[in-house]
Amino acid sequence: MSTQKIWRERIGRYRLIGQKCKGCGKVLFPKRLICPECGGRDFDEEQMPDVGKIVTYTTVYVGPKFLELDTPYIIAVIEFNNGVRVTTQVVDVDPKEVSTGKEVKLVYRKLQAEGKTGVIAYGYKAQLV
Amino acid sequence: MREVGIIGAGLTRFKEHWDSSLRDLFVEAALKAIDDAETPEIDSMYVGCMSSGLFVGQEHIGPLLADYLGLKNVPTVRVESACASGALALRLGFMEIASGMSDIVLVSGVEKMTDCDDPTSALAAAADIENEAFFGATFPALYALIARAHMDRYGTTREQLAAVSVKNHKNGAKNPDAQFQREVSLETVLNSFMVADPLTLLQCSPITDGAAAIILVPLDMVKKMKDRVVKITGSGVASDTIALHSRKDITSLEAVRLAGERAYKMAGRKPEDIDVCEVHDCFSIAELIVVEELGFVEKGNSGRFIEEGNTEIGGRIPVNTSGGLKAKGHPVGASGIAQVIEIYKQLIGNAEERQVKNARIGMAQNMGGTGASSVVHIMEVAE
Ligand SMILES: [Zn+2]
Repeated sequence: MSTQKIWRERIGRYRLIGQKCKGCGKVLFPKRLICPECGGRDFDEEQMPDVGKIVTYTTVYVGPKFLELDTPYIIAVIEFNNGVRVTTQVVDVDPKEVSTGKEVKLVYRKLQAEGKTGVIAYGYKAQLV
Repeated sequence: MREVGIIGAGLTRFKEHWDSSLRDLFVEAALKAIDDAETPEIDSMYVGCMSSGLFVGQEHIGPLLADYLGLKNVPTVRVESACASGALALRLGFMEIASGMSDIVLVSGVEKMTDCDDPTSALAAAADIENEAFFGATFPALYALIARAHMDRYGTTREQLAAVSVKNHKNGAKNPDAQFQREVSLETVLNSFMVADPLTLLQCSPITDGAAAIILVPLDMVKKMKDRVVKITGSGVASDTIALHSRKDITSLEAVRLAGERAYKMAGRKPEDIDVCEVHDCFSIAELIVVEELGFVEKGNSGRFIEEGNTEIGGRIPVNTSGGLKAKGHPVGASGIAQVIEIYKQLIGNAEERQVKNARIGMAQNMGGTGASSVVHIMEVAE
């Protein structure tokens, strides 16, 4: 992940800022230029909630190189009450405690250690509530 | 539109080819196809390849491969749609002949995966890098998310998932081109190490090197040259959201359903007409859901359907007679072409021990990422 990209995506990843379509009210995260629901192009900024529910999850035993030392880790699809879904890790938990429907809170965490450019990327992960 | 037929096909064995490069593999498969077609003339060439850039550090492989095949100055297009690159290359070649623009088109797929030291990350590039892979979602993880959702909603069991691998290895054991030519038991599949729960290692397609090639021509030309004539009657493509989490229903593969519907419509066929089918079983759960989306069984019932043997050779609708991606191997860009070659062999009666009796109409379904793209072709024995 390059420094430029980490910088460009900081607002969404660090502060969970998305948008709401002025045409149909659909909430989008991360931001887009066109609403996939109605084709609208006008949006208001929208703060995502920091709590959501687990839609589906898995414990990953074979990870990519940058997570080799973190396995096993849990990946889940999280749904906010505004309908937005994200994919991220569920951390600080015994895998046995994770199940579909459980509530989670998003927390600010290191995502990838130093890449080729030496910069650390931060973002959101989830903890059971 | 002109009718399009297959006049030649060739593939390398699928395995870890430590002694062969990307270009070696392509040339071997393409020469076999050219020899099979008995025509040295090629008007144009398509090659499906997911990521020569990440796997071997080489781009611009259209001209490179044409050069090494000795096809001086031919038009050449490299096609990319992740693991569906091969079938999409076939689709474009099909269109070029159907339109009357060219008469003899080589369509191919190739992937050289074992030169890469982090293939898991290279493959993850078929997902949404910024919103999935960046957070640690690997491909097995994404399909595991789908599998868990299917189990939660429909009661699909771990044993039903594993039964896909057992069946595909049984077929692969009869395929001399397959990477794994041995059977595995349900216990072996379930007890192999966990990659991403509930998917064990033997429910994940392997890292494979390989290439496959087909020569397409107008149907009339095939009729003059071959005894057993196979034509492509349906071609459907569809796309879906790149991120799995953006889909309304995580247990569905809408692009597969739509590509299937479009291919059925073009061919004037329905699911009951299909005698043999190759599907994109990159992970066990994928085969289950694809069988539902193509209309062979009701939504949610695929687990029981396969457990009851309906998809075995001799069953109601034999699926992945080649061994599928699981046992035959999955050199990603080549898989879509290799699937079509298996159906071609079935239709010309050349599938040896894997032969489905009286196979006259076949289907091949190829898929990119977690189903963000899918390509379906229907082929038939021509009268
Ligand atoms: Zn809208």
